Amino acid sequence: MKIRSAEDTRAIRAALAVGLPTAAYGISFGALATLGAGLDLWQTMVLSLVMFTGGSQFALVGVLASGGLSAWPSAVASAVLLGSRNAVYAIRMSPVIGRGLARRAVAAHLTIDESTAVSTAQGSLRSQRIGFWVTGLVVYIGWNLTTFVGAVIGDLLGDVSAYGLDAAAAAAFLGLLWPRLATLQAQAVAVAAGFVAALLTPALMPGLPVLVAALVAVIFGATNWLGSSRRSPRASSGVTS
Amino acid sequence: MTTWHVVLLASILCFGLKTLGYLVPASLLERPTPARVVDLLTVALLAALISLQTFAQGQELTLDARVPAVIVAAVMFALRVPFIVVVVSAAVVAAGIRALT
Repeated sequence: MKIRSAEDTRAIRAALAVGLPTAAYGISFGALATLGAGLDLWQTMVLSLVMFTGGSQFALVGVLASGGLSAWPSAVASAVLLGSRNAVYAIRMSPVIGRGLARRAVAAHLTIDESTAVSTAQGSLRSQRIGFWVTGLVVYIGWNLTTFVGAVIGDLLGDVSAYGLDAAAAAAFLGLLWPRLATLQAQAVAVAAGFVAALLTPALMPGLPVLVAALVAVIFGATNWLGSSRRSPRASSGVTS
Repeated sequence: MTTWHVVLLASILCFGLKTLGYLVPASLLERPTPARVVDLLTVALLAALISLQTFAQGQELTLDARVPAVIVAAVMFALRVPFIVVVVSAAVVAAGIRALT
């Protein structure tokens, strides 16, 4: 099992393709936290080292930047709401990570959009594990380095979306979703979830639209609406063994 | 409440949420219906993230350089172009449109 298979290579490539552009966004975060919200370097680093969930970090400093320290309840609430999807990801990743308290504790810390997305897009349990750990570590190390850089020199680089990194992240997620759209049920869930998330964005607090979109999967899954009578072999590979 | 209190409180709560999901018993997820829900959950979450990553600007919906970039990416994935090439192309398309407009 030491030899790297084509499947392992695919998982590592996906991990880097998703992880590196995501990590680059730490520059924006570092800059916004220090210049916008007035956090010091260490407070900014604690958010990237301990909180480590980009959406929540941006939400927290975004609210503090616009509302000041007196807006702390809504800053914390926004961060928590955005972070609540990680609990859903954790449920999804739990059987992939396997046993061992220390391993599960570290895995919990690395459970974010990108590590979960890369992992669940892989076929075998082994490549799902590789996808999770490589993505999680690449983003963790990269995100913290770029947070530091952003906090120190962020104002010199300007808006990193000028480099198209936001579109790269969207394309990377699309690449992970693509192979999972083989069944009519999956296609229906994807379209419905995408619509629900977009339509609710102006109406709900940040973080909630993704959670409501997740309910689409619960409804389709529980009723097996548009589903076949038996589960595909690919679908079962992640939860057994 | 000092800034440090806010930073630490929010960080601990967010870490707690991640830990929570790992405490759900694994046997629960092996039955057919929960397994199917968990599988579709991946599809739904990815689709929601793509949608927001493409159309959302804060709490507003916008049509900007990301939309053509994602359309280009979709066409390339359909043509089975390698993952990393597609991701870089999407960034180039978005950056190019922004540089020109």
